[in-house]
Amino acid sequence: MTQPPLLSVKDLRVEFPTRRGILTAIDGISFDLREGEVLGVVGESGAGKSITGTAVIGLLEPPGRIAGGEIRLKGERIDNLSQPAMRKLRGKRIGMVFQDPLTSLNPLFTIGDQIIETILTHLPVSEREARDRAVALLEEVGIPAAGQRLNAYPHQFSGGMRQRVVIALALCAEPELVIADEPTTALDVSVQAQIIRLLQRVCRDHGTAVMLITHDMGVIAETADRVAVMYSGRIAEIGPVRDVIKSPSHPYTIGLMGAIPSLTGDHERLTQIPGSMPRLDSIPAGCAFNPRCSLVMDRCRSERPQLIAAGESQAACWKLLETERAAG
Amino acid sequence: MTSASTTEASAVVEVTALSRTFDVSKPWLNRVLERSPKAFLKAAQEISFSIDRGETFALVGESGSGKSTVAKMVVGLLEASSGAIRIEGVDMRSRKQSGAEMRDLRRRIQMIFQDPYASLNPRWRVDRIIAEPIRAFRLETSEQAISARVGELLELVRLHPRDGAKYPHEFSGGQRQRICIARALASKPEFLVCDEPTSALDVSVQAQILNLMKDLQDEFQLTYLFISHDLAVVRHMARRIGVMYLGRLVEVAESHDLFRNPRHPYTRMLLAAIPDLEMTGQPRRTVEGEIPNPISPPTGCAFHPRCPLANARCASELPVFRNDGAMGVACHAVEEGRTAP
Repeated sequence: MTQPPLLSVKDLRVEFPTRRGILTAIDGISFDLREGEVLGVVGESGAGKSITGTAVIGLLEPPGRIAGGEIRLKGERIDNLSQPAMRKLRGKRIGMVFQDPLTSLNPLFTIGDQIIETILTHLPVSEREARDRAVALLEEVGIPAAGQRLNAYPHQFSGGMRQRVVIALALCAEPELVIADEPTTALDVSVQAQIIRLLQRVCRDHGTAVMLITHDMGVIAETADRVAVMYSGRIAEIGPVRDVIKSPSHPYTIGLMGAIPSLTGDHERLTQIPGSMPRLDSIPAGCAFNPRCSLVMDRCRSERPQLIAAGESQAACWKLLETERAAG
Repeated sequence: MTSASTTEASAVVEVTALSRTFDVSKPWLNRVLERSPKAFLKAAQEISFSIDRGETFALVGESGSGKSTVAKMVVGLLEASSGAIRIEGVDMRSRKQSGAEMRDLRRRIQMIFQDPYASLNPRWRVDRIIAEPIRAFRLETSEQAISARVGELLELVRLHPRDGAKYPHEFSGGQRQRICIARALASKPEFLVCDEPTSALDVSVQAQILNLMKDLQDEFQLTYLFISHDLAVVRHMARRIGVMYLGRLVEVAESHDLFRNPRHPYTRMLLAAIPDLEMTGQPRRTVEGEIPNPISPPTGCAFHPRCPLANARCASELPVFRNDGAMGVACHAVEEGRTAP
């Protein structure tokens, strides 16, 4: 591949300095996102998946800061841009969809105002053209009578419709990448299915890559091409969705898959991973998963594993390296 | 119920035609000035089901379907507008029982709430929280016996008796839910109402809590009314499932029947809408529309505007819930055997 990937994250570290010392929320993660690809990022709460998203788009809340590594968009570094340069990039080249559509829309402005303002900020068009574009976008995301709804305020929409507006807003400047942070978590299942389909369709039509952050493995299974499983601010496993779900390699991923109640198949008992994810101030040495792992070895307690190839995917586990060596 | 004669002997809970209406009218002055009529929200209408001893019966539905309203009425946190709730044959709503009888009845029903962060008093130590039902129902009198019982309960939910000296904020979400379960079990109940007990938890912790609840059920012959929006969780826990839509029960079926052969169009829609691990890459039918406003629900069958099988009859006539045995469905299309509008 001669062309650089759309988004390339290398050894990213995010820290939060506190009175009691520095907390490392993201500890050296690396991944690439190709053009038009949907990358799922899953993990339980506190795994650092949302922080990864906000770090990429430059919206880390102080005192959080990028302490190391680099983020490149089409080969160009974006983690050290100035605030004004970042502001230009945000919305224009990277769009964002948040969990709660009510907080990401301004309640005091009509949705038309908000979409037209965004278009005018990022694209060299007249106000008329911006308005036409806004109507076309709202139609595209399935808002009926889009021309009239332009003058409606966010509270006049239902939850599902609001999330459609947010998606239109994220796409209005034709970004190359959309970061969707739990876009369907606040919605009911029947509406959730509609929104996932919509996000998938419009991003495919526009050739937009998506970083889909969610705790719901079902949503990932249905939407993403590849998936990164995060644990304690690190990537435990990354690979094609089918491989990670059907034949996970990392003990954490295996446990996680077994813990999800399924709609098919008959399991009397769910797989149980003992304990819970460590807090940021007490991440164990070596592999962060070692106190909960059933396959733990001495090495896991002292040395941190790096991602190694496991079939089509990559996983960070010493046991895997050992079995790999034994086999080959 | 047609099967009442066979189930009555073992049914712990029997709910018949339970309804609850909320008055959501604007203040009197607004109504006069704006000439708007009184508004009512029918949160639950004509809900009937029974639960056998040691069984888990689940109510599923999307937000606004009235499942939590039913749960609250069953435990007595909310007054029902009409209908009857019988726990072991004793009518919860009649005033005939003596105070002591009602007290004993309440002891036997406990509830586990969704949010373990909001349902524990942050200023109380865990042992005091768990001891509260023991003291309230005077199950033990000496302090020594109470603290022994609290330790026993903590061990039951796989915590350490020493954890009793800590405050709730020192625990994670999953551990807090264990404390809630220990508190619920403190009064030696027979019937537990669980309102979305794992919705606030991560999957790996959810698995721990669901497994624990199953173990406790086997150990103490507990009867569960399990409320959830998550069909996969419900499938794992319940033997029978009731599906609710806009305040009404639309289908009741045995768990494996419901998933293998859903009958009501809403149930089918709901099952088709859930993203599942097994479905990787498969396209699925999406459902049109959203849940209507419950203050002005559609006429006839409330689901008809979203239903692919709806015809004129569905728009005008309310379908009756038809039982066959312990199962049932409320749908004109199913009744007529109609497969197209």
